[in-house]
Parts: sequence; C-alpha cells; structure tokens
Amino acid sequence: MDKIVTNIWVYLAASPLLWLTLTLVIYLAAQWLFRRSGGWALLNPVALAITVLVTLLLLTDTPYPTYFTGTQFIHFLLGPATVALAIPLYLHWEQVRQLLLPIIVGLLTGSLTAILSAIGIAWLLGGSPRILLSLAPKSVTTPVAMGIAEKIGGLPSLTAVLVILTGILGAIAAPALLSWLRIQNEATKGLAIGVAAHGIGTARAFQISALAGAFSGLAIGLNALLTALLVPLIVHLLHLVP
Amino acid sequence: MIGALTLLLAFQLAGEIVVRWSGTPVPGPVIGMLLLFLALRWYKVLPDSLRITAETLLSHLSLLFIPAGVGIMRYGALLAEEWLAITITLILSTLITVAVTALVMEALIHWRASSRNG
Repeated sequence: MDKIVTNIWVYLAASPLLWLTLTLVIYLAAQWLFRRSGGWALLNPVALAITVLVTLLLLTDTPYPTYFTGTQFIHFLLGPATVALAIPLYLHWEQVRQLLLPIIVGLLTGSLTAILSAIGIAWLLGGSPRILLSLAPKSVTTPVAMGIAEKIGGLPSLTAVLVILTGILGAIAAPALLSWLRIQNEATKGLAIGVAAHGIGTARAFQISALAGAFSGLAIGLNALLTALLVPLIVHLLHLVP
Repeated sequence: MIGALTLLLAFQLAGEIVVRWSGTPVPGPVIGMLLLFLALRWYKVLPDSLRITAETLLSHLSLLFIPAGVGIMRYGALLAEEWLAITITLILSTLITVAVTALVMEALIHWRASSRNG
C-alpha cells in the first residue's frame, strides 16, 4: 500500500499536472468563498490562494521552481491578457477621450506619489537601501517593475513579490477608501486603483464595473511608461544609488 | 476562441519585437495592447469572438498572478528581516497613492465642469 502511495506521489511530483490542477481548484474555491462571504475584502481570492498554495508547498517540501514549471501555463497568459486590455479601452474610448486632461494629470501625480511615498516612508522607517530601491517601482506591472529594479540596483525578484503584495493590498483596501472619500465616478475609481495596484487592482476594478476596469487597464499601461522614466530620475536626484 | 487567442498572441509578439527593436523600457504586452487598440480604432470593428475571449481572460485576471505570487515563499527570510518597514510602507504608500490620484482627478473633473458651466 505504502509503495503504491509513494509511486503515485513520485509520478505527481514530477508532472506539471498536479500543481496546475491544484492552483485552478484552489483559485475557484477562493473565488467561491469570496462570493459567498458577500465580497468580504479580507478574503481576497489572490491572497487566499497564495497562502494555501505556499502552505501546501512547504508541507510537501516542494521547491518553488517545481511549482512554477507546472503553473507557467497560467503565468504565460498574463501576456495575452494584457494585450486584451485594449478591448475595454476601445469600448470605452468615448469616456476616456472626454476625460483626457484629468486622466493625464491624475496619472502623473499618482505615479509620482507612488514612487516618492514608497521611498520616503521606507527611508523614515530605517529601511536598507536595497529595500528602498526594490520598493520604488512597486506600483507597476511585474515585468516592468523587475526591469526598473534591475536598472537601479534593487533586487528584481524581491520587487516582484513587493509588486504582488501591493496589488493585493490595493485590491483589498482601495474600494473602501474610495467610498470613504465619497468618490462616485467609476472612471476615477478605476484609474486610482490601476495606478496604485496594477493588474491585481484591475482584476478588482472589473468587479466594480466594466468602465472602472477599462480605466484601470489604461492606468497600468501609462503608469508603466511613466514609472520607467521617473524612477531612475528620482533615484539619481536623491543620490540613492550607491 | 482559438482565432481570437491567436490574434492576441500575434499582437503580443508584435509588441515584443517593437520593444526589442526600439529599446523602449515598456514591456512587449503593453505595446501589444496599444497596437491592438490602434488597429481596432482603425478598422472600427470588434469581432464577437475577440470580445468574448478578452472578457473571459480579464474576468479571471487575478488567477494569472498566482504563480508569480507564490514566489513569495523564497523571500521569507529577507521579508522577515525588515517586515515592519516593508508592511507599513506598502500599506501607507498604496493608500496615499489611491487617495491622491482619485482626489486630483475628481478635482479636475469638477473644475472643468464648473468652468464650462460658468
């Protein structure tokens, strides 16, 4: 009996099927739980699924590269999904065109605020230069943030984790903060969530409305461009590079 | 479905090529999104299959971040070392960014509406 169990585990541990299937099942369960709870913010499906998966990997002594080999099919879809953001943008172009000036000014101040507040607060709290530089690009989409971190001397893979934590925090807190600030315009909601919390925030914005999602998607693209230009400049001006 | 997915991948590929060729610091998929947007504006047609495929992908956008997010397990030690500074920074900076962006955009929308009416 033990031998059969071991044989099955040896097969499963070597095949991409196990972790791919588990990731999908856990994601669906987390989604279901989130909906059942009436959208309780702290049950954020991404955060919940990551917590459960990390626990399972640690319990089974499975290294992250093995997990990633199995789930890279899901990870790969981030590319086409980003391209697909063109569709809501196309469908809501009339609203975007009418708000062009507020969007540009909002994006610029938002992008600067994200970078400067991250560097400033971490510096005040005594964060090491390595952490400061890895935090600076935290509000943009993962591949851009990693590229920026590498360029300025941060740790790209740490930045990836900080980016995802930022996205989860934004998805959890932004809707409540926005209603506390009495923001009702869905374009504004979407743009603010997209600037602060990139793709994970955008996933949340699409649950508010398709319009909020479209503005959030627009914010991801433009904020990526702005941050890539601003972070190296700010880091240079603040003499942060060793 | 397959046709639409192929189209999305083709635009991503075009984006990657543009990025490599021009040295822009933006990732290929973002350029691909821009190119697809321009193509849609140009032809002014959105095939149903493309709309449905895009909506399906985007409604499960959060799933796509899970594999990278699980990577957090490799940084337990480093995160534990400076966890307080990191946690406070991430929370405050994210909240401040959402608030500043929303308030600035909202102020401009109101300012423009009142200057048009006045």
